[in-house]
Amino acid sequence: MNRPVTFRQRARQEISTSKPEAVGRAARRFMGQRQWAVDDFAAMEETRDRGRRIRLHTLANLHRYLDRFADSVERAGGRVLWAADAAEANQMIGDLVGSERSKLVIKSKSMVTEELELLPYLEKQGHTVVETDLGEFIVQIAGDHPSHIIAPVMHLTRQDVGTLFQERLGTEYTDDPSSLTQMARRHLRRYFLTADVGISGVNMGVAETGSIITITNEGNGWLTTAAPRMHIAVMGMERLVPTLADAAAIVEILARSATGQRLSVYTNIVTGPRRAEDPDGPDEMVVVIVDNGRSRVLGSGASEILACIRCGACLNVCPVFREVGGHAYGQVYPGPVGAVLAPGMAEFEEWADLPFASSLCGACREVCPVRIDIPKLLIEQRARATAENDPFRWMGPAMAVYRRAGKRPALWKTLLGAGRMAGRVKKKGEWFHHLPFHTRAWTESRDFPPPATRSFRQWWKENRDGT
Amino acid sequence: MPKTIQLFVTCLVDAIFPQVGRDVVEELEKNGDKVQFPQEQTCCGQPAYNAGRPEEAAEVLIHNLEVLDRTEGPIVIPSGSCSDFMIHHGPGLVSSETPERAELARRVAGRIREFTSYVVENRTKDEGGKGSKPDRADDAPRVRAFYHPSCHALRGLGLRREGESLLESVGGVKRVEMEDAEECCGFGGLFALEMPEVSTEIMNTKLDRLEEAEVEMLVGADAACLMHLEGGLRRRNSAIQVLHIASALASDRPRPEDHRISTS
Repeated sequence: MNRPVTFRQRARQEISTSKPEAVGRAARRFMGQRQWAVDDFAAMEETRDRGRRIRLHTLANLHRYLDRFADSVERAGGRVLWAADAAEANQMIGDLVGSERSKLVIKSKSMVTEELELLPYLEKQGHTVVETDLGEFIVQIAGDHPSHIIAPVMHLTRQDVGTLFQERLGTEYTDDPSSLTQMARRHLRRYFLTADVGISGVNMGVAETGSIITITNEGNGWLTTAAPRMHIAVMGMERLVPTLADAAAIVEILARSATGQRLSVYTNIVTGPRRAEDPDGPDEMVVVIVDNGRSRVLGSGASEILACIRCGACLNVCPVFREVGGHAYGQVYPGPVGAVLAPGMAEFEEWADLPFASSLCGACREVCPVRIDIPKLLIEQRARATAENDPFRWMGPAMAVYRRAGKRPALWKTLLGAGRMAGRVKKKGEWFHHLPFHTRAWTESRDFPPPATRSFRQWWKENRDGT
Repeated sequence: MPKTIQLFVTCLVDAIFPQVGRDVVEELEKNGDKVQFPQEQTCCGQPAYNAGRPEEAAEVLIHNLEVLDRTEGPIVIPSGSCSDFMIHHGPGLVSSETPERAELARRVAGRIREFTSYVVENRTKDEGGKGSKPDRADDAPRVRAFYHPSCHALRGLGLRREGESLLESVGGVKRVEMEDAEECCGFGGLFALEMPEVSTEIMNTKLDRLEEAEVEMLVGADAACLMHLEGGLRRRNSAIQVLHIASALASDRPRPEDHRISTS
């Protein structure tokens, strides 16, 4: 298999491309906008507290709220299907779309369908699937993957998009964002009008009303859920809030944290299919509730990560994400949230090195709208990784020495003495350019200082002891 | 009344940057207070904890907690990172051991003070604040210095102004701001060895910003971040000098040749 298997390998690969530069620029711009939006909203901090309480309460009572949500959806005339994993979800959705003929399916933004790899599944069944979110549309025609949970093409520049449209849509080259948007719009319009099925994601499901809420900036979500005869909403099972009032609190902090908007352009609340008195809407509405590893996370020490409202602020502020972009994380959920979520949801071992992809700077904890202590979760996942199948086994012997010497001052002093001997090879003021074995990783890019010829404790003993 | 202060010097300062430790002692004793150095101390345990090895971390931490618990007075640590670990993570780490251990961790944590915050709080009124030390002349050229706030001091302990104001009180120095000032330097403990390419990219962004802002001197309160950044600056043959805040304070006007953080 040629696919890079570790975060480090993938990161190295990404660093060698032009993507991280685009990501760093966009991520910093998002954070600048977020700061404006946070400063602009006097009740931000208390609303964050409230959002956190709502999410944690929902998770603690998830079964109850899932039942209530399902009842409410059915009362509103919709149907609910429960999928344990990706294979089951895809099969269910495939059955809903139907196999009697090739259908035209339009899709608005969803991370869960990325997780399920639903698109290739439906295409294999002979259907045509068209992404209608601008970012996802670009990803689709490029044969690429989203690199960010709310900005799928953060890794591309507008010049990249201009070239791509020229190649794939036959349009004249431009790098003007609004012209490019118009091109995509013209291209997509005909699909909206003729699609058989619309598939959407869900930002929030409201247990009391059975509504699904989608938060978008382009209006494609509205058309996707309303224009075709059938609307399938695919929802991660933790995406619930108890009431509409709770949803309103989350809406207050979501767009501000994500894009630095007070509100996104569209906040759609869809409750059931078209009713007799409605001017439009689908005849059928089905909510597919997907577990796919979420129960596993819920039952683990990392359950708090499920409180995430998918704003992407932790990605934007993360120094690691800014330097490597989302693709280095190797699966659907990048950044600090993904580094906790992915190993928890999937086979832990396969993603056990992701929690190590952080300098633990704490910036994610500071911006998380629901105050998830992501660094703490990362450290706990690291502990699980080293206990189960250590991704950095080479560190074991050094750690064993550290453990022994760290509680034996005499041994510690002896080790300092040994370090001093090594330091003697350097002239005063000179640093090492090359270190051996695994410490070489340091001196590939940085000099390393030699141990002092006289440690602090030695100086103290000679000059201050007994004072 | 002169106070007795316990110094937890940190493993890095002890082994590699002892001059920083001596400058810390000098600063703390300026007002007649007395510094003690419990000689059985080793390391706080954070390197192991952050690397996902809580057992190793707990053993090392507990030894040092016991050493410190046998002393009295405030415990000053010239590192935001080690302080944050011992204050905010230590009690949780050892709480699974026994209730007595948890109590020990909390008792010691309650006495810990990060160096810059301790100095700012204990400066007498006439020496605190900006420009208290007279410059040679108002128009004398001043070194453009940037204070790197360090993540765990900044986000763990909520400290930034403390270090900045200390830097501003150093004669011959002009503190300058720069873009993304609060962004991590990329060190991250063993992260620097586990993910060296990523660590380096983050560092390079920081070094680029320093150069863009025409910074001549980089000052901080965490020797680990400074070691990482100076390692990168040296590799670039950069003229930017790197100085621990304690060393900056130790001299009325920093003499770069003498005070570059390095072995003595």
